[in-house]
Amino acid sequence: MQRLDCLRAIYDQLENCLVVTIMGAVACELQSLGHKPNFFYLQHAMGLGSSTGLGLALCLPEQKVVVFDGDGSILMNLGGYTTLARYQPRNLVHVVFDNESLLSVGGFPTATSTGSDLEGVARASGIARTKTVSTIEEFKHVFDDALKANDLTSIVAKVEAVGPKGYVTELALLENRFQFKRYIEKLTANAHRGDAESRRES
Amino acid sequence: MPVSLTNSGVVYDALKKCGIGLVSALPETWLVHLIRMAEDDPKMILVRLAKEEEGVGISAGAHFAGVKSAMLMQNHGFLASINGIVSFAQLYRIPLLMLISYRGHFGERDPWQTQGGGVTEPLLRALGIPYSFLDDPAKVEKRIAEAQTWAYASLHPAALLLTRELMWEEPA
Repeated sequence: MQRLDCLRAIYDQLENCLVVTIMGAVACELQSLGHKPNFFYLQHAMGLGSSTGLGLALCLPEQKVVVFDGDGSILMNLGGYTTLARYQPRNLVHVVFDNESLLSVGGFPTATSTGSDLEGVARASGIARTKTVSTIEEFKHVFDDALKANDLTSIVAKVEAVGPKGYVTELALLENRFQFKRYIEKLTANAHRGDAESRRES
Repeated sequence: MPVSLTNSGVVYDALKKCGIGLVSALPETWLVHLIRMAEDDPKMILVRLAKEEEGVGISAGAHFAGVKSAMLMQNHGFLASINGIVSFAQLYRIPLLMLISYRGHFGERDPWQTQGGGVTEPLLRALGIPYSFLDDPAKVEKRIAEAQTWAYASLHPAALLLTRELMWEEPA
């Protein structure tokens, strides 16, 4: 199973979600399918994709939030699983693309290549809805279910360690960041009061 | 425990006046009352962390969502958060408001805190993060408000150091 095919299989369902991806191949491949203003690519700060999703999900409980994480990133913040479990945001779907590798820096194997089980970590942290998938059909099915479930879900998608040739895209980091915040401001017209940035952007 | 309940209340009230709607925290001695106040406040979203760096991501998510936030942490938590501060809050221009308990400075009796006390201000300066001290209850509200105003005007992290003078009532 390839990550790009997984993303393609569920791309249409991301339309009404706030989407956070980690850096590298995930950000690049999602952009290759078509960037949308509701997509935010965290192009560094490895490990904080799930934390960003949690902040969004807690502040906007009516809004579905999807995080596309990776094994290398989540291994830098395994405690983040316990924080997700502690607050159980019902509007958050967490996907880990597990290619057992730090692909973008040359493909060095991560601990999932020697048996560390992220679904097991998620479950033992207290996330009841978690599943490992390894086919596109299964991934699509589990993701569809998670979006409908209205319950915190963490999906581990086992994918091949292949990605794009390069990782820098035309979308500037700050352009993406301001566009994403403006998109949310439009969704929540009265959630920002006296916020200097909002005034400047409006 | 001689952590000042009165001055913790002064700090909490100041955060509320600034419109803070989310606080992320990892407990440490000086922060216990503040965290309890956040927990008892039905209008505050309190996120208890496993490691302080998570708070950078959570605050960034809150900022995107239009909610003002603050991180409550010990200076060792600040040390543990530096990659997130640089590669998220600074890289993506997030107005991160950090309240850092300034352990390990003069008056500190816990030997294990002393090394962190010595590097806190040099690190803030090296990172280009402006900071001021919360040392006088009469000035707490103004200093927190000013730090937040600057953070939003510059879209950059700002820090407030919670000092022994404010937080600890036992004579040294």
